[in-house]
Order: sequence, then structure tokens, then C-alpha cells
Amino acid sequence: MTSPRNRELTALVPVALLLTAGFAAVFSQENARLGNLSLIYGAYFLAVCVATHVYLRIRLPSADPYLFPLMALLTAFGLVMIYRIDETLARDQANWFVLGLVLFALTIHFLRDYDLLERYRYTIAAVGLLLLLAPRLPGIGQQVNGAYLGVKIGPLAFQPAEFSKICIVVFLASYLRERREVLIVGARRVLGVTLPPLKHFGPMLVVWGASMFMLVFIRDLGSSLMFFAAFLALLYVATGRFSFVVIGMAMFVVGAWFFATTIPHVHDRVEVWLDPYAHPTGSGYQILQSIFAQADGGLFGKGFGEGLITIPGTHAALLPAAQTDTIYALIVNELGLFGACGVILVYLLIAARGFKIALLAADGFSKLLATGLTAVFAIQAFVIIGGVTRVIPLTGVTLPFVSYGGSSIVANFVLLALLLLVSDRARREAAQPAGRGLALGMT
Amino acid sequence: MNRQIVKLFAFIVVLFGVLVGFTSYWSVFDAKALREKNANKRPLLEQQQIRRGRILATDGTVIAKSVAKGHGASLRFVRRYPEGALYGHPIGYSFVREGDSEFEQFHNDQLVGRESEFGSILDEITGRNREGNDVVTNLDPTAQRVALSDLEEQGFGAVVAIEPSTGEVKVMASNKPYDPNRVPHELNQLNRNEIETPLLDRATQGLYPPGSTFKVVTAAAGLESGTITPETTIVAPGTIIDEGQPLNNDFTEDFGPIALDTALTNSVNTWFGQLGQKIGQDALFETMEKFGFNATPPIDLPEDQVYESGVYGENHRPLHRNDPVDLARVAIGQERLLATPLQIAMVAAAIANGGRLMKPQIWNRVVDPDGRVVDRLDPSEYSQPVSGQTAEELTTAMEGVVNEGTGTNAAISGVPVAGKTGTAETPGNAACGGGSEENQAWFMGFAPADEPKIAIAASIECTTQFGNDVAAPIFRDVAETILNGE
Repeated sequence: MTSPRNRELTALVPVALLLTAGFAAVFSQENARLGNLSLIYGAYFLAVCVATHVYLRIRLPSADPYLFPLMALLTAFGLVMIYRIDETLARDQANWFVLGLVLFALTIHFLRDYDLLERYRYTIAAVGLLLLLAPRLPGIGQQVNGAYLGVKIGPLAFQPAEFSKICIVVFLASYLRERREVLIVGARRVLGVTLPPLKHFGPMLVVWGASMFMLVFIRDLGSSLMFFAAFLALLYVATGRFSFVVIGMAMFVVGAWFFATTIPHVHDRVEVWLDPYAHPTGSGYQILQSIFAQADGGLFGKGFGEGLITIPGTHAALLPAAQTDTIYALIVNELGLFGACGVILVYLLIAARGFKIALLAADGFSKLLATGLTAVFAIQAFVIIGGVTRVIPLTGVTLPFVSYGGSSIVANFVLLALLLLVSDRARREAAQPAGRGLALGMT
Repeated sequence: MNRQIVKLFAFIVVLFGVLVGFTSYWSVFDAKALREKNANKRPLLEQQQIRRGRILATDGTVIAKSVAKGHGASLRFVRRYPEGALYGHPIGYSFVREGDSEFEQFHNDQLVGRESEFGSILDEITGRNREGNDVVTNLDPTAQRVALSDLEEQGFGAVVAIEPSTGEVKVMASNKPYDPNRVPHELNQLNRNEIETPLLDRATQGLYPPGSTFKVVTAAAGLESGTITPETTIVAPGTIIDEGQPLNNDFTEDFGPIALDTALTNSVNTWFGQLGQKIGQDALFETMEKFGFNATPPIDLPEDQVYESGVYGENHRPLHRNDPVDLARVAIGQERLLATPLQIAMVAAAIANGGRLMKPQIWNRVVDPDGRVVDRLDPSEYSQPVSGQTAEELTTAMEGVVNEGTGTNAAISGVPVAGKTGTAETPGNAACGGGSEENQAWFMGFAPADEPKIAIAASIECTTQFGNDVAAPIFRDVAETILNGE
């Protein structure tokens, strides 16, 4: 059997080829110099990926071989889509991709012993909450479309929620690893419903409170939903109590309903979701145009570069926020149902690999960390794709690795680094028969 | 914990499955409905970037074409109508902001060259730019011009001319006309003009009392149902009492016992009123429906822009055979009976074609940018309202109308003409200004009677004159033009 790293290298080649072909398609569409520019871009991309691969070969030789190529695939795909929207945006995105890989390498370098994270879990939790709060801080906070998601410090602008999600998952994984036993044992049945012990449930209420707080202060239903869903996923995996999930969901729905009716911005988003045709040129414009763009895609799509993003002859947006929120609609428009299913399949494969890591991991923290990171990643993809396809209200969450946005790309590469760290240890331990027996005994 | 992790993964799979489901719904299953939403400007914006095909008259005259504006990414095409108002109806218009109508709307897919999904993939691979196909119509420019200028002389109304054997529509003219080139600037004014209603295609949307032209339908039902033969005589007094109200002949003339020929030639109301009662509502409605009444005419125009003919009830819908109607008055084309000029032309065409009604069609063929004919009209039968024998008997009776009866102005020297006049009184019609002397004047017929080449209906609103005075001459001019052009 080939080694994991050789499999990774083999998997990277088709990714680079896809990027090359994608750029070639966009170039030819724009009747620009086809030449060898797309080849150069493809070569650059492959070179950066190979460098990362070599680094992984040295530092994490046993880590999961498919995660990095799958994420590189999404990045490549995102780069082509963004390039097709706006050349300068794609250049930014490429820079952030490189920056993301640098942070990826640094994470692996400094957190090789990721148990460190457990020791600082309250600090990490505090940082996570502070990051969430930052967009409301005077001077640095920024409001976009009614939601407070951005922070601007000098020339540096970023979306702290992207980083916050990692902090919160790390904290929850650590906390739940420690408390899962008491949460299970201390649970009692009241009126046929298994309730968690109140004493240990305080911090859980804090997470619920934080999600509600996000609704109120950040005013973003999407990130709130994403955080809370990740929390419930972890709670379920840690305790095995489905009733906790049901209670949690009920609490979220009640809270979200309450705030959705009281906070105008959140309320509008829900109204638009329920009836976008009420204001087709106003608040319903984005979701309607997103759906109309998908309707034009059909099975096979119109082809790279063929979709309409602005109204011809003007700069008026036909598909608002095509490079971020509604990039999935553009994918359906240009690559059709098949292309979109391909993208969803890649997310599903990433989720599968992530959960596989969690299954292989020996200790509780590793298991919960891998589960949490994978869940938050998959749920983020669900929240934005679901928003664009009107499964849930449309909110301003990015499509991981595909949407334009530095914070998103960099944060998700840090997330990937953590997953690979867990994976490397899990697979090394699984390869040692003695360690394996011990690990099984522990779970 | 592993069991829970597997379950969590299963849940994520379900969530993503929902995403695939919704994406499929929007992009494939509901796509057609979404493309037709008003708020969706994509189809129009995209079409604007395609050179829409031309619309041509039968002799190659360009009725509509697209011209390029801007270049590069802002390249778009704008519609031009070189013949101006002549073909405003039935061709309609197509603009991004104002939308499209009539023929332009119905044949949109051919004009923008929408092909199969597979075809467009091939185009993408070969890098061919999508280009629309030309649609060649059956419209005869000379006859169309004659029809419109005659109409403009006589008043508001419409003319429809159909080739009986194929259903090809040679003329479809409506007065008041409009110039589609003006639509982008003046759509609101055109819409607000409630007196001239230039945007109303009177040929397909003008619902008028058909008057005595409908007696041909009654006669057809009588012969076809076996209620009468051409020899059957019915006593036709000056007046009969129908539903408690007198039903009179013109000048309450008493004709005594007469047969079909005499009754049709002199358009005897009391004769046809009694015939209608004898036929019964079922048989009369059956024949009407076979001629196309109570249904949207099967023409290549958008369904919402072609009105049904029939006995209009209070809910603005045609009544059916079980609804109560005053049968004697329906039989002479009165009561609440309303018909479009297209419908009356279809009646004439069916009789001219030996009783077989061909679907009227404006288009003839679709030609791709390389000049290949990609699709061609295949004449098809809509129904057979009457037998060949009945058609012959009706033709004989209708020849009498033109030779010695109420329709002498339709006569063409050297050509036998079969036809029927109609003059429906429309007193107090608000559209005519509410005067008491106004009539709806009609002529419908075909020529040559022995070997019909063209069937025509002409109708004039709000005239104080009779069908023979204002409508028959239009029939004659248009028929002569078409027959001479052969």
C-alpha cells in the first residue's frame, strides 16, 4: 500500500490540472490571450501545493492523505470562479491562499502537541467570545447589510467569527471531554424527558446565551445557527443523549423566534425567506436573483464565464454578492446541477474524512475536537448553501474555501491544520498494536 | 462516542441531501416556472445579447430584425421593425423593458435559437456564438397593405385571410394599427388610448356580435344534423315571437315557405331563428365547437392574446351547451354571441376546404443562420365540422348571397365568390360613442367558390352602414390581390 503522503501527492495533480483547465476555460470565454497564462497559474498553484505537501511529509507523515487535496480542490475551484468575476479579487484570494498556508504551517509547527489547547481552554473561550464581540466595539466594528460581522483595525479588516468558531470548538471539545461522564451519569428523567444535571449544565447555558447574544448583537442568524448547531453536534457525540439535542434545539428555536420578532434585521431576513416575492426589487432581490440564476443553470449550466452577474451595459448587480454570499448560485448557474452536486460531494467527502479522523482518534479530546471542527465546517457549508437555495434564511456566511474572503480562507486552513494534527497522531497510534488496544479501552 | 459520530455523519449526509434536493428543484424541476416570473429579467437580458432572428414576410420582406448596440461586454441587440405599423399586429414587439407580445412572444424560442441542452453544449465546445433563427411567415405584404389601407378608410376593425387547404394566414390586419418601433418610448400612451386601443389586435381579440354571418354556422348545423336538406322548406313570416319578444325580418318582410338558398341569400331572420330551435342547443353547439367556438383558436399566438368566441355569459366566459340561451337569437348571430374576425375566417376556411378546418398558422418555416430550414409548417387538421357534401351545399347557398343577395359588392369579375354578409346592430355601444345607429358590419367568404384559394373575414366596428357596403369591398380587394398574386 502506498504511503499516505504519496497518495496525497497523487491526488494533488488532478487538482492542479482542474485549476489549469478552469482558467483556460475562463480565458477562452473572455477571448483574452489564452496563451500559457493559465498554465503558469496552474503551475504556481501546483508549486504552492507541492511545497505544503513536502512540509506535511516532514511534519505529519501519517496524517489523512485526502483532506488537503480536497480543500485545495475547493480553493482552486473558488479561485477560478472568483477570477471569472473579477481578476483583482482573484489575486487577493490567491495571496490569502498563500497566507492561509503559512498559518497552516505555523499551526502545525507550534501545536504539534495540541493537548496544549486543553490547558488554555478558558483563555481560548474568552478569545473566541471577544472575537465575536469585536464587530460591535466602537472604532473597529463594521456593519455590513445590517449584520455586525467585520472588524477593521488600521489596514487590516477581517471577519472574527471565522476564527471564533475554531476557538469555541476547541473549548467545547475540551470542556465536554472533561464533563461528559457527569453529564451522562448525573442526568435524571423528569416527566419522561432525560434532563442534564443542572450544575454541569451552566456552561451549556452560556453557549446558548452566546448564540442568542450573537443574534442580538451581531444580528446574524447564520453564524448563530452555525455555532449552536456545532455545539449540539458535540453535545450529542459527547453524551449520546439525543434528548439534550432536542432540548437544545427547542431552546434555540424559542430564543431565535423571540429575537427574530424583535430585532428588525433578523426579522426581515426571516420574512424575506418566507415570501421573497413580497419585495422583489427590495429586500427579496438577492434571494430571488440567486434562485433565478440557479433556474438558468439547468442540468449542465451555462459554462464558465457565461453567467450574467451584472446587468449588461451597467454596473448594477444582477446577482448581488456573487463572489461571497451567492457564489453557490453562480456555480449552479454556470456549472449546472451536476457541477453543484460535485461541490456538495467534495464537502461531504471532507466531512467523511473529518469524522473518520474522529473515529480513529484514541482520546476523548481528539475525538471531540475532530468531530467539532468537521461539524462546524460542514454546517457552515450547509448554512450558506441552504441560504442560497432557500432551505433556510439567507445570511452572510462564506462558503468555505470557495467564497472570496481572507478571514474565511485563513481560518479554514487553521481548521484543516488542527484536523491533520489530530489525524497524524490518531493514525500513528492506530498503527501501533499496543497503543490501539489501550485506545479502545479508553473509549 | 463512535456510534454517535457515525450518526452525526449520517445526519450531515441528510442535510446535504436536502441541499441537492433544493438545488435540483430550482435548477431543473421549477426552472421553467422561475424563468417566467415577472421579477426574473434574466431571460430577456440574455436574449438581448443574442442576435434575435428576423421575421420575414412570405416574399422575403423583413418585418423585424435586430441591430447591435455597444460592443464587448455591453453588446446588446435592439429590435427594429422596418415596415412600421403594417405588421404591428399580429407580429407584436420584443423589448427588454417592455416585454414581448403576439408572434414575437409565441415564437420566442425559435427567434433566440433555443435548442436542446445537448445542442447548446455542442455550441459551447465549438465556441459558436448563439444566434437566433429567422422565422418566415405566410403573410402576404401586398395583401396586408391593401387590407390595412381599406380598413383605415372604413373604420376600426380587422381582416383575416386564410388559405383554406393549409391554414396559412395570408393577412391579419387590425385598425387602429400601431408602430412597434414606438413601443419603447410610448407604451404607456399606447396603453392609455382607450378609444383607438391600438395595442388591441382586433383580429384575435376583437369580440363582436357576428350577426348574419353566423347563419352559415346555423345552416351547417342544420344540414349536418339532418334537421334539414337543401330542399326542406320552412315558412318564414315577417315576425316570430321568441321568448316573448318579437324577432323580425328586415322590414318585417314575409317570405312564406322557402328553402336554404333563398333564406341565406336574403338573410331571413325568422327562417334561421326557427331552424335554430329545430336543431336544438346540443347539435348547434356541437357544430359551433367543431368550427372552433368555445376554445382558444389553434393559432400560433400566445393563448392569452387570442380570445375565445362563443355566447358570453355574465362571468365573461363562453356558455356551454347546458347553459340556458335564447336559441333562436343565437342562430341569427345575436343574443350574447360574440366572435373574433379570426373565428369567422375559420368558419369560411372550413367550408372552403370541403368541411375540414385546418389550424390557422402565421409561421411557415424556421431558417437557421446558415440558411438551412430547420423546421417547416406541417398543415394539420383541427376538426371536420361538416361533411364534404354539406360544405358543397353551403357553398352553393353562399354563392347566391354574392350573385343575387345581400353581398353583391364582394363579387369579383370572372371569379365565382361564395360569402355571407352580417350587420349586427350595436346600439348604445360605449366603444362607438353610445349612438343608436351603429352596426358591426361583416363579410365572410372565399374565392374562387369552385376551387377556393383564400377565405377571408372582414369586420368593421361602429359603422352606420351594412356589411355589403363596408366589409364586402374589403373582402373583394384583398381576395383579388391574393388571387392576382398567385
